[in-house]
Amino acid sequence: MQAIFQFVSENQLMIYLVVLMIFVGIELIEKVPSVLHTPLMSGANAIHGVIIIGAIIVMGQAENLFATILGFIAVCLGTLNVVGGFVVTDRMLEMFKKKK
Amino acid sequence: MKTFILDFIYILSAFSFVFGIKQLGKPSTARRGNLIAAIGMTASILGTIFLNDTVMLKNYPWIFGALIIGTIVGTLMAKRVQMTQMPQMVSFFNGMGGACAALISIVEYDHYLHHADSASATRVVILLLGLVIGTVSFSGSMIAFGKLEEKIKDIHVPAQQVVNMVVLLSIVALIVGMASGFLTNPDFIYLILGLSVVYGLLFVFPIGGADMPVVISLLNSFTGVATAFGGFLYDNKVMLFGGILVGSAGTLLTVVMCRAMNRSLTNVLLGNFGGVAAAGPAKTVTGLIKEVNASDAAILMKYSKKVIVVPGYGLAVAQAQHVCHELESYLEGEGVDVKYAIHPVAGRMPGHMNILLAESNVSYDKLVEMEAVNPEFKITDVVLVVGANDVVNPAAKNDPTSPIYGMPILDVEDAANVIVMKRSMRSGYAGIENELFYSPKTRMLFGDAKKMMTELVNELKAAE
Repeated sequence: MQAIFQFVSENQLMIYLVVLMIFVGIELIEKVPSVLHTPLMSGANAIHGVIIIGAIIVMGQAENLFATILGFIAVCLGTLNVVGGFVVTDRMLEMFKKKK
Repeated sequence: MKTFILDFIYILSAFSFVFGIKQLGKPSTARRGNLIAAIGMTASILGTIFLNDTVMLKNYPWIFGALIIGTIVGTLMAKRVQMTQMPQMVSFFNGMGGACAALISIVEYDHYLHHADSASATRVVILLLGLVIGTVSFSGSMIAFGKLEEKIKDIHVPAQQVVNMVVLLSIVALIVGMASGFLTNPDFIYLILGLSVVYGLLFVFPIGGADMPVVISLLNSFTGVATAFGGFLYDNKVMLFGGILVGSAGTLLTVVMCRAMNRSLTNVLLGNFGGVAAAGPAKTVTGLIKEVNASDAAILMKYSKKVIVVPGYGLAVAQAQHVCHELESYLEGEGVDVKYAIHPVAGRMPGHMNILLAESNVSYDKLVEMEAVNPEFKITDVVLVVGANDVVNPAAKNDPTSPIYGMPILDVEDAANVIVMKRSMRSGYAGIENELFYSPKTRMLFGDAKKMMTELVNELKAAE
């Protein structure tokens, strides 16, 4: 029990951030027209690709072959998520250009 | 100094994510929003590589090698994919993110084994949670991908809920055991990994193909949460920020999608759609079907004042969106008012039809959403239903035993004439009969959407 409270206390700022971000996320989506749901999902999909930062750190710290190989795959997959996600979203949104 | 700059870049990136999502919510600014988020992401990746003072990074060739491979493969895949296959592409990329999160946890755990000083019970819990959620997201996304590609059928495991619960509880027990030091063998992490893969499969197997967008959206928010756990692990605020943002936005998006289909999330997750209908007595609709040929249909539309096209997945599969636009321009040239009625779940994903039609240069203001278009059907001469079925099924309004009862539909039966373009009398995704096809107002135009559309255009030109 004490470990939990200690964790909360040590990570106060992070927890404040989590609570606030939950509300921000909800607020941002609430008023979106349904036509944009697919691009929005795809855009959000690209944004969680920020996990790649973790993958880069893991790769950069790798000391043995096991860590190096898994880290390498992790960075590859993370990049796929980020790059693919943004490019696909852009392709979808390209279609929404206003016609003159 | 470098660390200060890195922190500053992280703050800007976090801001770009929120601002990007905000802008993605409006058609006019959406593309810019995506670009802003992408720039923020690039900045934080480069910052992490070059400005990291707190963690000494090595293995630069490996990092760049992986970045380059990922970029090339990702760009090629994203550029080559057909617009109709967008949903499975999103699912695939989401799965990659989940797998990335899982791999990070595994390597980090290995790191703890060699550097026992940096490990603590809470960190192990966070790490294992990241592993479980990332893995479930990965295996679930791959099944969703397979289902949308129509390579995997719905599979119902006997006593599904019980099995799921047992798997989930075992995972929780293992996490508690490992964090408390009760289970000392480090290889238990692979048991957790295996069980998580199984859970992801079981989670998505029973859910019908029509509900895949909802599942993808949910798994998307799962990966967001896994990313947030990664943020906790490295005390990295931009990861936490982006992860939670996607986690909460994704969850709400899932709920909003369910609302558009008038289904509850629990209902979707239990895979109840269709299963109920199969159990109940299937209501058979009988009546006379009237066929029409392309030439008569073309003449009917040519001398109408107002035509509304209802596009469905059949149009997408046949790639008929371009010729559909051609038909529309031709009719407009004849002085006919042409609009498109877009049901929220037409196609395979909300907004899927809009993207396809926009791809073939249909003007954005011609696409009318369901609430706005429904009152207009009364004053419409001809409704042309192209490859849509369940979204125009009147059973949703007047048959309480129907599995789609209560789903908002397009009131096409209010129009003077309905022409339904379909390949066969086969039922739609929900697997139920559609009495609209037997209505005295309805005429069927059997054939592939693209072929029939082309014939309609040719007939219009010939009637000149």
